[in-house]
Amino acid sequence: MTDPVAPQGPVALSGVGVSTGTGYGPALRLSRAAPIPAEGESHTGDADAETAAARAALEGTAAELTERGERAGREAQEVLEAQALMARDPGLAADVERRIAGGASAARAVHDAFVGYRALLSEAGAFFAARVADLDDVRDRVVATLMGLPVPGVPHSDVPFVLLAHDLAPADTALLDPDLVLAFVTVEGGPTSHTAILARSLGLPAVVACAGSNLIAEHTPVLVDGATGEVAVRPDPQQVERAKARAAVRAEAAARSTGPGRTCDGHPVPLLANIGGPQDLPAALELGAEGVGLYRSEFLFLDRADAPAHDEQVAAYRAVLEAFPGAKVVVRTLDSGADKPLAFLPPRAPEPNPALGERGLRMMRRHPEILRAQLAALADAHRDTEADLHVMAPMVTDVEDAEWFAAEAAAAGLATAGVMVEVPAAALRAARLTDAAAFFSIGTNDLTQYACAADREAGSLSRFQDSWQPGVLELVAMTARAAREAERSCGVCGEAAADPFLACVLVGMGVDSLSMGATALPLVRAALAASSLAQCRAAAEAALAARGAAEAKQAARDALPGVTALGV
Amino acid sequence: MAERRVKIESKVGLHARPASLFVKAASAFDGDVHVAKGDAAPVSAKSILGVMSLGAKHGDEIVVTAEGEGAEALLDTLAEIANAD
Repeated sequence: MTDPVAPQGPVALSGVGVSTGTGYGPALRLSRAAPIPAEGESHTGDADAETAAARAALEGTAAELTERGERAGREAQEVLEAQALMARDPGLAADVERRIAGGASAARAVHDAFVGYRALLSEAGAFFAARVADLDDVRDRVVATLMGLPVPGVPHSDVPFVLLAHDLAPADTALLDPDLVLAFVTVEGGPTSHTAILARSLGLPAVVACAGSNLIAEHTPVLVDGATGEVAVRPDPQQVERAKARAAVRAEAAARSTGPGRTCDGHPVPLLANIGGPQDLPAALELGAEGVGLYRSEFLFLDRADAPAHDEQVAAYRAVLEAFPGAKVVVRTLDSGADKPLAFLPPRAPEPNPALGERGLRMMRRHPEILRAQLAALADAHRDTEADLHVMAPMVTDVEDAEWFAAEAAAAGLATAGVMVEVPAAALRAARLTDAAAFFSIGTNDLTQYACAADREAGSLSRFQDSWQPGVLELVAMTARAAREAERSCGVCGEAAADPFLACVLVGMGVDSLSMGATALPLVRAALAASSLAQCRAAAEAALAARGAAEAKQAARDALPGVTALGV
Repeated sequence: MAERRVKIESKVGLHARPASLFVKAASAFDGDVHVAKGDAAPVSAKSILGVMSLGAKHGDEIVVTAEGEGAEALLDTLAEIANAD
């Protein structure tokens, strides 16, 4: 590969396109490297000047955090204001001054004072991991300022930019202003990584597992094609024009698509929204969701000291049910595990591999009181609303799991209880699960991770983290077939449903509803409207016959000319 | 010196939003404001890190003391924040 840092001519990089769209603009990098001043670093003798520098850095950081909070609003503002209070903490300032008087440099004094508080707060017990991360973030900002280094975290910019990163964690992106980001490019990550999910939920183009992107110099113009995975560094003007023209065709197709989801020959496929809570309703309604296919109820439970009370749960569920009178609303019961711990449950032994640990329904079977409280709140919320409430359990493995959940739901007075199919064993036994499950919803992200034995976040495995893997498609087809034979509905609520080509393939395999982040709805609607059911079936057959993920995708593309013409 | 025993009714304890509001209200006061839980040494109520280090949860009792003009009114405000949801 040519050195992309060299300031001449275009350079072509490529990765895995995980969120369609085109972004062009200057590159800025998210850095997570925490600046650490040398152990025992001392100042030159002017303690007053050193103290003044420390105070200025603390106050400057506090002011910036406050200002960013005002721009962000809502929950992000509360977090940022709490961080500003940390930077302005009088106890911390006194500790810093004491350390400087003892000879420490400003940077070292600030670093050590924060580390001292970190230990103190960790001991206090009721201090959540998220707040420790907030405190560390303030420390890194102040120390970086004092050391003259770039401040870690999301880059600050007044103009839109392409965000480069090693990978993205949910915490990195909470403060991201989507209006200022043109595209994501990461070195790590696969099609089911957090980066990919976030990009699709924001409707931003993204390329992951892009080798060499760590060498792109900041401020270099970059063209990102989230459909093909191409990343052009310093592209020539014609290249940018072509990409823009393609994006325009796609945007026009999306804008034209309205009404319920159906193929061009009238086969209906309800298009539903994946939501995290009532805050996602406006986008879902505006973009024409015909219901909710996945309500991730865990967001109500994470990062808090106590379980949400009955009334609070009822209010959150009712807001969603009331938004969709007469329509299907599928609520996934609490999906928690070592990767999404609950502060109000007793700490558990660390799991070396949380993905294979006690999560989802497995955890609820250990703490049934939490599930029962949630089901009771759902039943209360459903009363007096006209929505068609479905509840489903995550991480169901066998018939016994499904029966246990169905019995709990029935005891709470909930008639329609189904299961998520994301453990390969459940897909393989789908025909036997139909007695205990009123419906199936296939979670393709985890199903892919488990079926292909490929960690969702490991960039080097991106070939296997792809729902186009024929082995994954086979499991989906098997589940859809079992559902059809037992007259059960079978939807897909994983990221696969948001891919316009894969959406058609899923329909061709017999999947009868598709649920996705709301921003993906218009293009998927347009893709279905551009294809016949026979074409979808042919595409499914061609994909299932392929030797690998790339071949499956290409075969489906060839079978779906109407979707290709949309500029996807 | 004014003193107040407050049982924390806030569901999240003296954390997150209640902690921020508590510290902001205390910081706006001219005199000294301290808060203690149990036998531990009191901390400045103007220090968010100090207040959070108390680890005060829902149902815990804290003792707030303030010295200066308007101390009683300040304690009213702080008690209200610790009790709000």
